[in-house]
Amino acid sequence: MSFLLPEAGLLFWMLIAFGVVFFILYKYGFPVITSMIDERKKFIDEALDNAKIANEKLAGIEEQSRLILEKANAEQVRILREAVVARDSIVKEAQEKAELESAKIISAAKEQIKQEKEDALREIRAQVAELSIAIAEKVIRKELADDKAHDSFMDSLLDEAFDNKNDNK
Amino acid sequence: MKGIRYILMLLFLSFACGAFATEHTAESGKIDVKKVIFEHIKDTYEWHITTIGEKHVAISLPVILYSHRTGWEVFSSSVFHEQESYKGFYISYMGDNEGKIVENDSDGNERRPLLDLSITKTVLSVFISSLLLVVLVLYTARWYRRHNADDKAPRGFVGVMEMLITMVVDDVIKPNVGKNYKRYTPYLLTAFFFIFLNNLMGLLPIFPGGANVTGNIAVTFALALCTFIAVNFFGNKEYYKEIFWPDVPIFLKLPVPMMPLIELFGIFVKPFALTIRLFANILAGHTVVLAFVCIIFITMSVSKYIGTAMTFVSVVFTIFMNVLELLVAFIQAFVFTMLSSVFIGLSQPEHHEGKH
Repeated sequence: MSFLLPEAGLLFWMLIAFGVVFFILYKYGFPVITSMIDERKKFIDEALDNAKIANEKLAGIEEQSRLILEKANAEQVRILREAVVARDSIVKEAQEKAELESAKIISAAKEQIKQEKEDALREIRAQVAELSIAIAEKVIRKELADDKAHDSFMDSLLDEAFDNKNDNK
Repeated sequence: MKGIRYILMLLFLSFACGAFATEHTAESGKIDVKKVIFEHIKDTYEWHITTIGEKHVAISLPVILYSHRTGWEVFSSSVFHEQESYKGFYISYMGDNEGKIVENDSDGNERRPLLDLSITKTVLSVFISSLLLVVLVLYTARWYRRHNADDKAPRGFVGVMEMLITMVVDDVIKPNVGKNYKRYTPYLLTAFFFIFLNNLMGLLPIFPGGANVTGNIAVTFALALCTFIAVNFFGNKEYYKEIFWPDVPIFLKLPVPMMPLIELFGIFVKPFALTIRLFANILAGHTVVLAFVCIIFITMSVSKYIGTAMTFVSVVFTIFMNVLELLVAFIQAFVFTMLSSVFIGLSQPEHHEGKH
């Protein structure tokens, strides 16, 4: 049963060998590896977190842009509607104004026409008066030559004058 | 088709083994299984590789002794090939010191020299695997030194090492040791890889493997001693309070310190359990594999026909056992690391909430 008892020499060499191996690996081996693995783990975790945050941000931005777009659409509709209303009112106003103006112009024209007509009548009257004076002059001159003819002529002139007056009425 | 090829290969292998065994047994007549197995699992002063005909192919190793009679003595183990004894030292054939170098004291009784620091087969094997381990781990560490945290994960051998390291750290060390785990990680990883590598080397049939390293009690004892140091020299106050003044009714502590005695006993039982578990498992594995191989030689010496038939069975079982031992090699390294982690974790108890 000698193999159940640890041999001193082997124990000695084993402790030395294991001690040296442990020292070397403690100094240059495992800490380098484990710290690096930890670092990489941290890096991966961070990267994942960052990706998550970025995704959330992106989703937020998308939502925001959707909202802005919706708002803009609503605004556009509103503006268009307002424009239609404004256009209608402007057109209406213009029409009303035009009507008013035209009515004014027409009435002014009528007034003028009336004035002109009156002026024309006055002129005609003056003319008639002048003419009648001229006729009277001529008649008076003719009277000197023929009484009879003078009379008949006078009558006809008067008739005519009356007719004219009647026609003008 | 592939299956048939494998079976044919196995058969061929079996017959080759059988033929070799016939020759061998014909030479020596009877085979002593116990001697064959013990020769393998015991430590020796030379590394016997094989025997071709009458010629022994072996690596002679240095013998380093200190005796009251002669003082320090250093010589090659090959001297025992030519002569029985050298300067009064000889290899004992029987008794407690069988296979060890002994001398005779003044009364003519056989005794061991005071110190025997010989580089034996196991010591050389420990040196070889230590060197291999340092090279492998430093090679892995070099990769990490040359890369940044944002580089891609390693592939190939370094990737395997990383997988093993992360497995041991995350599944064994972290949960068992507790929050101080970083301090113990290098030791526990060294122990894991040391045991695992030595177990694997032990499964290789020829030099530089094949030595029964982790199946030697001195080796496992040394490893357990390291865990013992890690547990007891770095334990915190709470741990020692629990040993010498545990939370038990006062009559269990005074006047007879029963619980402290039991706890004190526990300190030494824990590394003892580590020692025996690893030693026994690996020793048993080696023994069973050798026993299966020996079946060939035993049955051959009985009858050639039975021997040939049994060779097939034996080869199948040996392959099975070797594959099983591959698993055991890993499991035992894993268990040793896990138990060490648990013991270290127990030496770092959290301060109890409130007074009891």
